[in-house]
Amino acid sequence: MTRRLQPDRRTLDPAAFSRALASGLARLRVKAAGPTTGPGFWALLAAALGLAAFGGLAARALWAARAGRVERREEWRRLSLSKEPDDGGPGDAALALALGRTWARRPGLIGALSTVDHKVIGLRLVLIAFSFLLLGGCAALVMRLQLAGPSQNIVGADFYNQLFTMHGTTMMFLFAVPVMEAAAVLLVPLVVGARAIAFPRLVAFAQWMLVAGGVLLWGGFALNLGADVGWFSYVPLASLNYSPTKRADLWAQTVTFTELSALAISVSTIVTIFKQRAPGMSLDRVPLFAWAQLVTSFMTVFAMPGVMLASTYLILDRLVGTQFFNPAAGGDALLWQHLFWWFGHPEVYIIFVPATGFVSAIVPVFARRPMFGHTAIVLSLVSIAILAFGLWVHHMFATGLPRLGESFFTASSMAIAIPSGIQIFCWIATIWLGRPVFRTPFLFVLGFIILFVMGGLTGVMVASVPLDLQVHDTYFVVAHFHYVLIGGAVFPLLAAVYYWFPKVTGRMLSERIGRWHFWTAFIGFNVAFFPMHLLGLQGMTRRIYTYPAELGWGPLNLLSSCGAFLFAGSFALMAWNVVVSLRSGEQAGPNPWDADGLEWATSSPPPPYNFLWPPVVQGREPLWASAGRPPAVTGHRTDMREVLITSIADAVPETREPSPDESIWPFVAAVVTTILLTGSIFTPWAVVWGAPPVAVALIAWFWPKGDKEDEQ
Amino acid sequence: MSPRGGATATAVCAVALALTGCSGIQSSTDPHGPVAGAIYGLFIVFMIVAAIVQGGVTIALLLGALRRRRLDARSVLELDPASERRATLVVSALVGLTAATIAGLTLLSFFVGRTDARLAGSQELVVRVTAHQWWWEFTFEDPAPDRQLTTANELHIPVGRPVRLKLLSPDVIHSFWVPALSGKKDLIPGRLNEILVQADKAGVFRGQCAEYCGLQHANMALKIVAEPPAQFDRWFAAQLTPAAEPRGAQATRGREVFLSSGCALCHRIRGTSAAAVFGPDLTHLASRSMLAAGAAPMTPGGLGGWIADPQTVKPGSKMPRVPLSGPELVALVAYLEELK
Repeated sequence: MTRRLQPDRRTLDPAAFSRALASGLARLRVKAAGPTTGPGFWALLAAALGLAAFGGLAARALWAARAGRVERREEWRRLSLSKEPDDGGPGDAALALALGRTWARRPGLIGALSTVDHKVIGLRLVLIAFSFLLLGGCAALVMRLQLAGPSQNIVGADFYNQLFTMHGTTMMFLFAVPVMEAAAVLLVPLVVGARAIAFPRLVAFAQWMLVAGGVLLWGGFALNLGADVGWFSYVPLASLNYSPTKRADLWAQTVTFTELSALAISVSTIVTIFKQRAPGMSLDRVPLFAWAQLVTSFMTVFAMPGVMLASTYLILDRLVGTQFFNPAAGGDALLWQHLFWWFGHPEVYIIFVPATGFVSAIVPVFARRPMFGHTAIVLSLVSIAILAFGLWVHHMFATGLPRLGESFFTASSMAIAIPSGIQIFCWIATIWLGRPVFRTPFLFVLGFIILFVMGGLTGVMVASVPLDLQVHDTYFVVAHFHYVLIGGAVFPLLAAVYYWFPKVTGRMLSERIGRWHFWTAFIGFNVAFFPMHLLGLQGMTRRIYTYPAELGWGPLNLLSSCGAFLFAGSFALMAWNVVVSLRSGEQAGPNPWDADGLEWATSSPPPPYNFLWPPVVQGREPLWASAGRPPAVTGHRTDMREVLITSIADAVPETREPSPDESIWPFVAAVVTTILLTGSIFTPWAVVWGAPPVAVALIAWFWPKGDKEDEQ
Repeated sequence: MSPRGGATATAVCAVALALTGCSGIQSSTDPHGPVAGAIYGLFIVFMIVAAIVQGGVTIALLLGALRRRRLDARSVLELDPASERRATLVVSALVGLTAATIAGLTLLSFFVGRTDARLAGSQELVVRVTAHQWWWEFTFEDPAPDRQLTTANELHIPVGRPVRLKLLSPDVIHSFWVPALSGKKDLIPGRLNEILVQADKAGVFRGQCAEYCGLQHANMALKIVAEPPAQFDRWFAAQLTPAAEPRGAQATRGREVFLSSGCALCHRIRGTSAAAVFGPDLTHLASRSMLAAGAAPMTPGGLGGWIADPQTVKPGSKMPRVPLSGPELVALVAYLEELK
């Protein structure tokens, strides 16, 4: 007994300690890297990472030194703030010519790969996201075929498990989040009256990372390496023991790709909204669409690192034998769930908040009056963003966490109904007090409000611990989040497509096909997803590829499958509408809806430099206050790409900043990063030989190019 | 809310309840235990609130969008201060009402969540539940080692007595869920969870794994058979006895097949030399109603098909295909059928 109380001598003996450390490290190395790696691996890894970091920093320092950071604050006095635009006079034509030359997009393939025009990249991102919607939707239809009747054998268990994993992963990581980011890239600079997005090369890089992630995931699926552990990829099922193929690795690395892309776009969005707003657009005049994108970007910046960390831990567990998630070796299976849902719940709001931004942009235009409760909506958005980080545990009520703790998460989960409710009441008040004009975007907004309230109410149910313990992981929850994500985000997205299509293409979408589209979508969606509530209550669990007839779930499943095909058909109508309208749609003109936002102050589609005369803002509804012709900023240089930098709070002009030219290097950097990340699925050595090319690409990307003003 | 709104909400509510009220052996809307019953009551309260809110919002929205308006030449920026003020009041009141409703529902959930705490007591039966990919193992805990009964996929419990289930998993995460009796609880490697179930009425209640656990997650069902205490005691005593000696030459031949063809490497039949615990205990296999955790029925045909080709009946199952001749298979089925 007394012996045990004495301090352990061994830990106090330095020699023994270092011996123990050395043997521990050796064991770790053997365990970690297996036969493929030795001490050389770790030395080279350190060297490669060091080189990459040094290269980036050196290029950056060189840039700063050569640019000399010319102080432009004084020059700003040359700009005059409120000139009346020339309105098509000879001055305008000359200006358009000069700006057109400066901001011209390079033609050809190299030009397409080098472009930094946010409108081109944004439109590409929209098309990429909708392509993945098509793929994910097809996966859903195959699942609905399989489940249309009991004990069917259209697809087997293995393929079905891949299908639902691909469906969830695609819809969350490759469609919903990217499409909202695409809206930010495409529209935010126009909405805040800027000539370009901040860090356009970073945005160009982000688009390629997203493509790489999608190709990795679906390429894997084509090679029978489709992920099959669910979009949430719970361990230990996703660990090497239970998923010995590379499927789970492809999933984890896809997550890394898409989150890298999301982070890059969020940073650009935040800086664009904070520092590039039109003069006079003080924070209280920022449009709600931009507020929503700002709040979303901040949520992304805080949420995505959680899942990137988790997916990296998972890859490390699987590739080099770390034991983060292995309970048998001191790891913890629940750690994964905490990290994943720390990201996973804000993710829902990262998708939903931009959608409310669409709605808040559209409602006032079609209700023909300013938004009721503008400030209340801004505060609601911010409080949703904060609360969203305090409810991840409601995905884990069944894991047996302490009950008092669970009650707090019930309270926070329910509390988010209050800011959501405020927004809904404000939209309804705006419609009630306005003089609504029923066009297709407005129809989708009305549909959205009805469907989202329903999803929100079932959300209140699943926030309650006892109710959740009955409906968790059943089709009730499947119905709930499809009402929230399709009703709450896809319907506003479709409204946004109809609303901004004329701005982006110069032509209106057909109103007649639009109405057909709305009604098939609304009816198809409800027929597909309402029965799932009942199926869940009757005990139908999620992620099952088959069920016996005796449980009586057959008829409702058949109904749901029919609805799913009708809903899919509504998207075919939309595609038809887009094709027809692109060929022969009505010409839109700059402001077909008589809307209030700055994006409608320029031509449709906007020129590469966005605004011939960058606008000055004098109120919350700048175009309504100025009869469609806001005062303009003059004094920009026309012989080089410049954006105006304004202060965060009051949007007072501070300086003119050069905006980066086109560059092939973001594309090259994306290619070599893709090689590194894809290679590291198969061997840890990929991080070693993959890092120098990344360093080279980044150095070239940041390489200073003296511009004329800097050299003066 | 307008009277019309109230009427609609009530109608919506009634229709919804009528739709969800249908029973089934795996339905949470057909509770047979105090915990599931309390949750179902809570669900009804939430449903009523939800129906009122949904009805109110939908009607307000449609009225707001479609109501007749005086035609005037106001510009888009001209607002009427009086109606703005009224709207501010109404919206503020609704936000307050929302907050109060939310608070009430939170408190109610808190108390309903403690229903099972009132059941806990010394009369508890304790059963260890071990979830495997993809079947359930049940072991009754008892101080006397010869009363520690182990069975698989079907658990009998006495009516009116709380049963504490200790939940364990040696492989991946599963979730135990029998909707008619209570909510679900996960079985997580490296952790011990517990759940308390009690049946108020006799009956057979189906459940299945609710956490995605791999290839055959869909075929991981279980049944709980609740029966009066006397009947339960008889079942328990019968289950404790070793397997009966085979009757007739066919069954005796079947036992030889069982012991010599590899079956005994994974399964146990008490009373024989088969003592492995990798797969389900088969001592009283024929007393259960389903095979392979619900993938096949416990009938001669089901049994024969399952043994002849497990990878077709339940692809990916850990049960391998053991090569048997036709007569061997028939004999084996005859033997297993006798294990009542």
